[in-house]
Amino acid sequence: MSPDSVSFIFLNAFLINNFVLAMFLGLCPFLGVSGKLNTAWSMGLATTLVMLISSISAYFINELLVYFEIEFLRLICYIAVIASAVQLVEMTMKKFSPGLFKALGIFLPLITTNCAILGLALFQTHKDYDLYQSLAYSTGAGAGFILAIVLMAGLREKLELADLPNTSQGAAISLMLAGILSLIFMGFAGLGS
Amino acid sequence: MPIIEDNTITADTFLTGIWKENPVFVMLLGMCPVLAVTNSVINALAMGLATTFVLLCSSTLISLLRNAIPKEVRIATYIVIIATFVTITDYVIQAISLELYNALGAFIQLIVVNCMILGRAEAYASKNRLLKTLVNSLGMGIGFTIALLSLGSVRELLGNGSLLGYSVFGEAFQPWVVMVLPPGGFIVLGAWLLLFNWLKERKASLALAKEGGVS
Amino acid sequence: MTHSAAPKRASSLAMIITLGGVAMLSGLLVVLTWQLTLAPIQENQRIMIEKAIFQVIPGAQQRRSYRLTDKGLEQFDPKVTKANKTDLKFYAAYDKQGQLKGIAAEAAAQGYADMVRLIYGYDPKCQCIRGFSIIKMTETPGLGDKILTDETFLANFNALDASLSDDKKSLKNAIITVKHGSKKNLWEIDAISGATITSKAVGKAINQGAEKLLPKLSPYIEELSQLQTLPTSQAEAKQ
Repeated sequence: MSPDSVSFIFLNAFLINNFVLAMFLGLCPFLGVSGKLNTAWSMGLATTLVMLISSISAYFINELLVYFEIEFLRLICYIAVIASAVQLVEMTMKKFSPGLFKALGIFLPLITTNCAILGLALFQTHKDYDLYQSLAYSTGAGAGFILAIVLMAGLREKLELADLPNTSQGAAISLMLAGILSLIFMGFAGLGS
Repeated sequence: MPIIEDNTITADTFLTGIWKENPVFVMLLGMCPVLAVTNSVINALAMGLATTFVLLCSSTLISLLRNAIPKEVRIATYIVIIATFVTITDYVIQAISLELYNALGAFIQLIVVNCMILGRAEAYASKNRLLKTLVNSLGMGIGFTIALLSLGSVRELLGNGSLLGYSVFGEAFQPWVVMVLPPGGFIVLGAWLLLFNWLKERKASLALAKEGGVS
Repeated sequence: MTHSAAPKRASSLAMIITLGGVAMLSGLLVVLTWQLTLAPIQENQRIMIEKAIFQVIPGAQQRRSYRLTDKGLEQFDPKVTKANKTDLKFYAAYDKQGQLKGIAAEAAAQGYADMVRLIYGYDPKCQCIRGFSIIKMTETPGLGDKILTDETFLANFNALDASLSDDKKSLKNAIITVKHGSKKNLWEIDAISGATITSKAVGKAINQGAEKLLPKLSPYIEELSQLQTLPTSQAEAKQ
């Protein structure tokens, strides 16, 4: 598979270089909102949605910045656009789909400071992806985020029933679990080459 | 958080960031760079210093402007201020050493979304005087750097058999490679948290035993 | 008391003024830093690329940047002109006397974890690859990074055959990475056992890069063989 093909880019972001488990992006929600399976789902979906939107806007903004040769303003522009995109999504959702807003709404403000979103925008610029490749990259990254957070939530729900020593409860055991998950995902490296 | 401005600066203002409210070990903030760049001591140190610099500069500016910023747009203002200083850091590091810049990758730019900095701006810099904010931010930054270093040194020592690039164990050491790979980051941080939990528990149970003995 | 305690709503004007002011201040700071750091950053980049080029082309002392466009060969200064995506960029390296020692170009291929980006050195005299230098990779430490230290692997690049086919349209033999210990021909790369995928990525990158660049470059080798300074008319046209 050619490394520039859309399918490979998707696979790369989804499994090989999973945003959470291999690149350490988006850890705050990964550790914070992975206690329950259905909240993890909602968080994953909301993040993917914002990822798609910000990836597309980042692509066009970058075109604009390159055209005017003011690339040094990239970071400020990206973060401002992501923050406003999140706000816009929140407002639109509240107006047109209150049900969805009820399910995802509380996660949206959290997503602004999720490094996976900004990381995605920066990486796609760095790798010189065109619009289709950027779309594949953001869907892959979103799917990878959902996979990681749902797996984690499933494990943690099981863990509730396990008899753990007091010392290891909380974040410590979650991190250990994440370490094992990340070890598993290393098996995907080398895929497609 | 008291509403009245309390201008007294105690040792605690500084120390709270290092131990009691350590951003990494206690508050679990800014985890992404903590795990991603700590595969060697030098990277950890550079990241810690860069974050401290951004934290200090942005807190200073926010603390100075705290009475001028309307409440409704405060988050947007904070983010723009933080992004500015991150961009500056980004270029300065490139000018100092491209090698270091390549090793840290995009994580310099991702300092923008380090929740610790925004958290400090919102919870401290916007409510306190300049000097107090500075002291507190410095403590937080040092606490963050110490946490990064404690991860970086363990991971480099086990995964590469070296410290700061100098070989420690000699030729015969078979490096524990997984420690410098992503899973090692999670596992080492988990181990540190376990250690702190255990210490805390021991302290509590010792105190309890002492109390029980007296009464 | 602090503003956060005040229940009064700020006016829109105040908000706009604050945001605009902060944005202007930040723009000013960023532009200032950019201006100040531009020179050292470019200097750093130049040093890094030169170090890589002189490493892959033994005996090289100076270099020039070139690009192949639809119109043909053109010397250019990457600081002044930006190359298009379709241009083939390469560096010509010369010794002190200005004799061509080799051509260096960038190439990349998917490795074990992420892209492996490298510079390879081509010697037109023997029509072979003389070496490579990694610009960026994130391969497994202790396994993948053996490609930088493993002596038998590096020996592959003493004279890796990259001669062109008779019609000069492609490489005579595709450069290929073979399993450790089964190298038979000069155009094959003996992989490192335990780091096969990374070894393969190096081979793939060089093969793809050479296949694209060398056939197009071959008519110009003569022209490149002596060090040229930028023609004044061309330099003026770029101003």
